[in-house]
Amino acid sequence: MYDVARPVTGNALEETGRIPVLPAENQPRRPAAPSGPDYAAIQASPEFVSLRRRFRGFVFPMSFAFFAWYMTYVLLAAYAHDFMSRKVFGQVNVAILLGLGQFASTAVITWLYLRYARRQLDPRVAELRARAGLAEEKRR
Amino acid sequence: MTALAAGGLTASDPIVNTVVFALFVAITLYVVYRAGSRNSSTSDYYAAGSAFTGRQNGIALSGDFLSAASFLGIAGAIAVHGYDGFLYSIGFLVAWLVDLLLIAELMRNTGRFTMGDVISFRMNQRPVRAAAATSTLVISLFYMLAQMAGAGGLVALLLDIHTRLGQALIIGVVGLVMVLYVLVGGMKGTTWVQIIKAGVLMLAVVLIAVFLFGKYGFSFSNLLSAATEKSPLGEHLLEPGGSYGKDNTTKLDFVSLALALVLGLSSLPHLLMRFYTVPNSLEARRSVVWATVCMLVFYGCTLVIGFGAAALVGPDEIRSAPGGENSAAPLLALHIGGTLLLGVIAAVAFATILAVVAGLTITASASFAHDVYANIFKRGKAEPADEVRVARLTAIVVGVLAIVGGVLANGQNVAFLVALAFAVAASANLSTLLYSLFWKRFNTTGTLWGMYGGLIACLLLVLFSPVVSGAPDAIFKSIDFAWFPLKNPGLVSIPFSFLCGFVGTLVGRPKADAEKQAEMEVRSMTGIGS
Repeated sequence: MYDVARPVTGNALEETGRIPVLPAENQPRRPAAPSGPDYAAIQASPEFVSLRRRFRGFVFPMSFAFFAWYMTYVLLAAYAHDFMSRKVFGQVNVAILLGLGQFASTAVITWLYLRYARRQLDPRVAELRARAGLAEEKRR
Repeated sequence: MTALAAGGLTASDPIVNTVVFALFVAITLYVVYRAGSRNSSTSDYYAAGSAFTGRQNGIALSGDFLSAASFLGIAGAIAVHGYDGFLYSIGFLVAWLVDLLLIAELMRNTGRFTMGDVISFRMNQRPVRAAAATSTLVISLFYMLAQMAGAGGLVALLLDIHTRLGQALIIGVVGLVMVLYVLVGGMKGTTWVQIIKAGVLMLAVVLIAVFLFGKYGFSFSNLLSAATEKSPLGEHLLEPGGSYGKDNTTKLDFVSLALALVLGLSSLPHLLMRFYTVPNSLEARRSVVWATVCMLVFYGCTLVIGFGAAALVGPDEIRSAPGGENSAAPLLALHIGGTLLLGVIAAVAFATILAVVAGLTITASASFAHDVYANIFKRGKAEPADEVRVARLTAIVVGVLAIVGGVLANGQNVAFLVALAFAVAASANLSTLLYSLFWKRFNTTGTLWGMYGGLIACLLLVLFSPVVSGAPDAIFKSIDFAWFPLKNPGLVSIPFSFLCGFVGTLVGRPKADAEKQAEMEVRSMTGIGS
């Protein structure tokens, strides 16, 4: 099974060879196909389309959600002083609770993304890499 | 009031402060020397051979990010202005989500050394790299100015040096040590400096926060009551509006600042470059997660430290101390732990400035050597050894600029200057980064319009804002050519750069290169070819 927690060993730079502007030291040492992967074909493949849909389907709404929630908080802090100053318990008021709420939502979104990526994205990436002949590097 | 502050100063012991700081410099220099013996190849110098783990890089990221502004500036802002200081830390924290969801992994997969690698991937190399290098250098210098400005105030407070010349001398020493880190250690050495610094800083804030919490019977509410009793703001200390609530302009300014904070972080070149020090996108993801965890802990602690400083030291004493707001945390350390703790905190604060400036220097030098020298002048055919030599020379030049700038900017409010750097970063880079990663049609014209449009709009708005002229705390007090009311330009310049990128793409002649777009998209999402 593909293990997310394990880093890929070896120097990733050694495999690099795709930017046209590389300095001479980084010629691709891996005996990959000399012409390189067929990116257009990969991009058009249903597997890649599905990966992209799942990736964007998560990060776009999630980004929008945390941004909207953050801006709501900021606007409340700027324009709704009475509401924010309401005491909830002891000296702790709505403003402080909402602020700590931003801490909590950041932690939760990070955790949700980690879980989603591990379950939905990483296996699909691994599969696409395997088809492109990169399987071994991922597993070792 | 002044007597109190003066009493606080005599109690501080410049010798202890200097010894602790010298110890830190000695240890880090040794580590840098050990780490950096082989730095001849470009990938060693720029990206530490991509050999760091996600955890190491995450801690180094927080080290790179937690500047003097975060530590001294935010603690001070909370102590004096109360809740409005806390708002800074929330922006700085939430901003990591942009990195996590939209930038870090794609960036790692696509580029190799600099932000220019990603932005120019499917565009005309030379003009786009020139734009990327310009924005990187402007942002790095802006940010560096903020750090060096903080160093001056800190010197005044901690070493009891009050002459401009004496402070300038210390700023010079800070700059020199920083250049040494970069020249000797390259990215690997600099990363270790960040890791050590982040470790010491986190340890210090956690210990102080736990101590303060304990002092108030582990009740946050008690701590808040104590702070409100001492503050002239009273109950208002706990409510938003302490520093931004005056009128509609200041409120709008606050919204603008908040926008710049949350969008700027993910476009700061020295943080983006950190993602290349790990081997792949998974480790880049883990880096962001580790950094986020560090931020959660750190900003939780600064909240306690800020209100603790308000309660124990009191806003009046903080305000009248040399260094003003920035002196809240050091004064608090003096109150609870005497001269030794002050020495430690002083050293931590110095180390923070040193490490952040080193990170900025290596970024600026990498961008110049890799984007400008190797890819624009030599059209991608530079010898790696030459490229590294150019990078080292640039680092020296940047170091000199930082020292001169630091001497000139001595005394400006640190947190505020950093916020401006964030606005420049968000305006110049974010739109282009996001468009080139996610928008198929985006082309060279759009890239150039987006970057230059955002950058120029942002700089012009700052130039004609109350920061530069007209206001009592402006750089030029006597003349007034300000017509833009907001101190932070983000609210206008960030959307403007998105608009420029969009319009530029529609009117641009060279259509997007479909082949390169396919390569970039596949590569960014899967790492194939990277």
